[in-house]
Amino acid sequence: MLTAFLLFFPVAAALLLHFAKGNAARVMALGAALVEFAVAVFAAVTAASNMTPGNSEAAYSTFVVNIPWIASAGINFHIGMDGLSLLLVLLTTFLVPLIILASFRHDYPNASAFYALILFMQTGLIGVFVSLDAFLFYFFWEVALIPIYFLAGVWGSERRIAVTFKFFLYTIIGSLFMLAAFVYLYFQTGANGAVRSSDIAAFYNLTLTASQQAWVFWLIFIAFAVKMPIFPFHTWQPDTYTESPVPATMLLSGIMLKMGIYGTLRWLLPIVPLGTSQWGKLVMILAVIGIIYGAIIAIRQRDMKRLIAYSSLSHVGLMAAGVFSLTFMGLQGAVIQMLAHGVNVVGMFFIGDIIQRRTGTRQIAELGGLTKHTPLLSVCFLVLLLGTVALPLTNGFVGEFLLLAGVYQYNMWLGAVAGVTIILAAVYLLRMFQRVMLGPETSFTSTIQDLTGSELAVLVPLIVLVFWIGLFPNTFLRISEPAVLQILTLVGKR
Amino acid sequence: MTSIILLSVLGIVNLFLGFLKSNKILLPAAMVILALVFGANLLDWNASQTYFNNMLTIDRYSVAFTGIVVLSTLLLIPFSEKYVRDGQENLAEYYSLLLFSLVGAIMMVSYDNLLMLFVGIEILSVSMYVVAGSDKRNVRSNEAALKYFLMGSFATGILLFGIALVYGATGTFQLTDINAGIVNPANASLQPMLYIGMLLMFIGISFKVSAAPFHYWTPDVYEGTPTFFTAFMSTVVKTAGFAGFFKLLMAAFFAAKGFWVPTLMAITVLTLLIGNVGAVAQSSVKRMLAYSSISHAGYLFIALIAVNGKLSANAIFFYSLAYSIATIAAFAVLKLVSDQRQREDYAGFNGLAKTNPLLAFVMTVAMLSLAGIPLTGGFFGKFFTFGAAIDRGYVGLVVFAVVMSMVSIYYYLRPIIAMYMQPAEDETAEPVAVSGFQSAVLVLLALLTVVLGVLPGLFSEVFK
Repeated sequence: MLTAFLLFFPVAAALLLHFAKGNAARVMALGAALVEFAVAVFAAVTAASNMTPGNSEAAYSTFVVNIPWIASAGINFHIGMDGLSLLLVLLTTFLVPLIILASFRHDYPNASAFYALILFMQTGLIGVFVSLDAFLFYFFWEVALIPIYFLAGVWGSERRIAVTFKFFLYTIIGSLFMLAAFVYLYFQTGANGAVRSSDIAAFYNLTLTASQQAWVFWLIFIAFAVKMPIFPFHTWQPDTYTESPVPATMLLSGIMLKMGIYGTLRWLLPIVPLGTSQWGKLVMILAVIGIIYGAIIAIRQRDMKRLIAYSSLSHVGLMAAGVFSLTFMGLQGAVIQMLAHGVNVVGMFFIGDIIQRRTGTRQIAELGGLTKHTPLLSVCFLVLLLGTVALPLTNGFVGEFLLLAGVYQYNMWLGAVAGVTIILAAVYLLRMFQRVMLGPETSFTSTIQDLTGSELAVLVPLIVLVFWIGLFPNTFLRISEPAVLQILTLVGKR
Repeated sequence: MTSIILLSVLGIVNLFLGFLKSNKILLPAAMVILALVFGANLLDWNASQTYFNNMLTIDRYSVAFTGIVVLSTLLLIPFSEKYVRDGQENLAEYYSLLLFSLVGAIMMVSYDNLLMLFVGIEILSVSMYVVAGSDKRNVRSNEAALKYFLMGSFATGILLFGIALVYGATGTFQLTDINAGIVNPANASLQPMLYIGMLLMFIGISFKVSAAPFHYWTPDVYEGTPTFFTAFMSTVVKTAGFAGFFKLLMAAFFAAKGFWVPTLMAITVLTLLIGNVGAVAQSSVKRMLAYSSISHAGYLFIALIAVNGKLSANAIFFYSLAYSIATIAAFAVLKLVSDQRQREDYAGFNGLAKTNPLLAFVMTVAMLSLAGIPLTGGFFGKFFTFGAAIDRGYVGLVVFAVVMSMVSIYYYLRPIIAMYMQPAEDETAEPVAVSGFQSAVLVLLALLTVVLGVLPGLFSEVFK
């Protein structure tokens, strides 16, 4: 029942938010998000206390809810969490209150609708991470799209309409391919007179031929590739990140992007292992191209938000490569990097937003010398940035190390090329830091103020996690390990 | 059967109410009549019976579809309030016409004999010819009525000719006997006549449900007809048409499947293409909805082609219900907005979210449902129709339909963009006046759409 609560509480709160106005709406939304986080932590603690050595499934069995939804068609409302889901639910519930808090400085018109959409979005995201039925998964996959479309389209900047329209079309067309694949698989479960079912277990048990898997792979993969996004399905991403209001950008980059990686782990690899081994190499190459491509373009950016957007593109490429390496290290690396990237990118976008709000510009060339006036901001920025650059002892290092090791295991040359990302990331991020925070002041930056209390309240938890994941990665790796091993077993790599 | 009797009698009563000098009583009276009919219809759920020497059968199938058409009318009628306020002279007649036309719709979903089908179609159509021209002083309305009448008469003639040929080939008007007549080897030499007859019947019915290439009247007629009646045409007529069509294919022509499946497939592909591509090019919301109505005929055709027994029947029922509710909501908002802002293009919706959040929200739900996005009934409508077809192996057709519904997202998003993301052209724009009762009905429509989208199990299994 905990899972059902986690799933439905945000949307219930969103409905209630309708009756609140302005400031009250923010506070209510923050309260609801904090309650949600507390419940998620409680769920994690429960799971940990139920954990017995060698039997991880028992720990999570209390999270399962399975009731008929469209009974006649064998479609169930089947939700549950294992370690992988739990980590992503924790990430979501941890980031959403921070995202809400981060938006406090903005005076968004029609605030109750704005925060209601964020909470609605949270239900969609959690639904994706806990669904164990293909149609339920698809349902939430699309449900998550509706609020973010409105968040970006209504509260974004000037070019928002064209940009969000493109984003919506891209993602929905991608997901329709996935739906087609699911419908096909659903009817395959009925082969030889068996009862049809869209349960994940039924999909796992399908025995499809290699040629069937080859095209089912692409149908499902495209949906995930657009969401992540992997090169060359990424063209919506930088524009959408740039034009969206900051909270929406944080949701997109911090959490929504993980839907694609999670989907690949849970729904793509185990269902079409043969398709994966057939096309995996091509995907690896695309991902590695994306890593380099994103990094090179990031170097050329003049706008802070765009630079972070392209850096995110580069990092997600590495995560995808790690997943498709089908090695234990690669998968574990992807999981921990999902958490690390979520923390870092949300923090970076927030700092970009603080700077823009104070100075009125995001252009790197117009900024400079911030450190003198804003030591706190400077330190926070540096920590998050070094986390992204993957300095040892920070969260990024653990993830990138495991990912690169996984890719290297898969193919030495790809690993070597992907490794360049660390150098390139250092180039564009440190250069940005140098030009924004150090050097001479400009007319924009001479009167800037340091962080306020509420801003620190957002950044401190993020920084704590940067070091927590960096110093004690086993807290998290331990949780995801059984799930990752199970996926590898299903794929036949173990 | 009670529903037919009630509608006919109360339709006349309603007509006499028009002699009262006050218009105010008409709207509540019509709603009470429809509510009565809706209830009386449901009483027939477990009382399957045939009438007039097996020419009409009231069974669960007909009760379910009668339910949709009566409910649609009931939910639509509150939006004729402006006619009441404006003191429209012939209002009682128009309401009565709608009530009578429902009799035709019910006959179309409960016939067992081709003659009843023909009579039902005629009752429905003649009423529609009149209401299409009800805005007498408007040139476009007159044009619409004339166009609809001329085209419609041709179509009916063709349908009748088809029925005659089918009769000639099989010697009967009775659905089940026709099926037996088709497989009867003694009739083998009459096969060409049968096929031509079927073809002509398909043309006639395709015209009524506005399927391509017999759709050409739709945009002009929809545009010219007063919005209130357009909404009626695009929901009630279509629902009755498809329910009747499915019965025809399932009960009468099933044995000739090999002949008509390719024919209908061609119609489907064409309908989907013209409906969706045509809608993209429109600048008027009303015309967009007209093309959208064509495209939805295409999706429904997919369930027809599957002729997958209960799976298809359930799919058509669910789809018609979800489509009707969303379409009524869309037309209702369009009517309210266009009455006040005097324009029917996308820009007329600009900034509506600010002035009328409720209208904007209901329109958004309706558009998302028509586009088939989860959380709305439209998603499961498409899901069930496509499922019925995939079950029978028509994968290619479904893939084409999916691609077409991707196209549809483009035009269904445009009103949403206008309402939420564009500023109003006139910053001081007054909110659109909506009465409390209309708001309540709009909320109900949105709620129904979401219920269909979240708990589809409630309605997906009406025929077991």
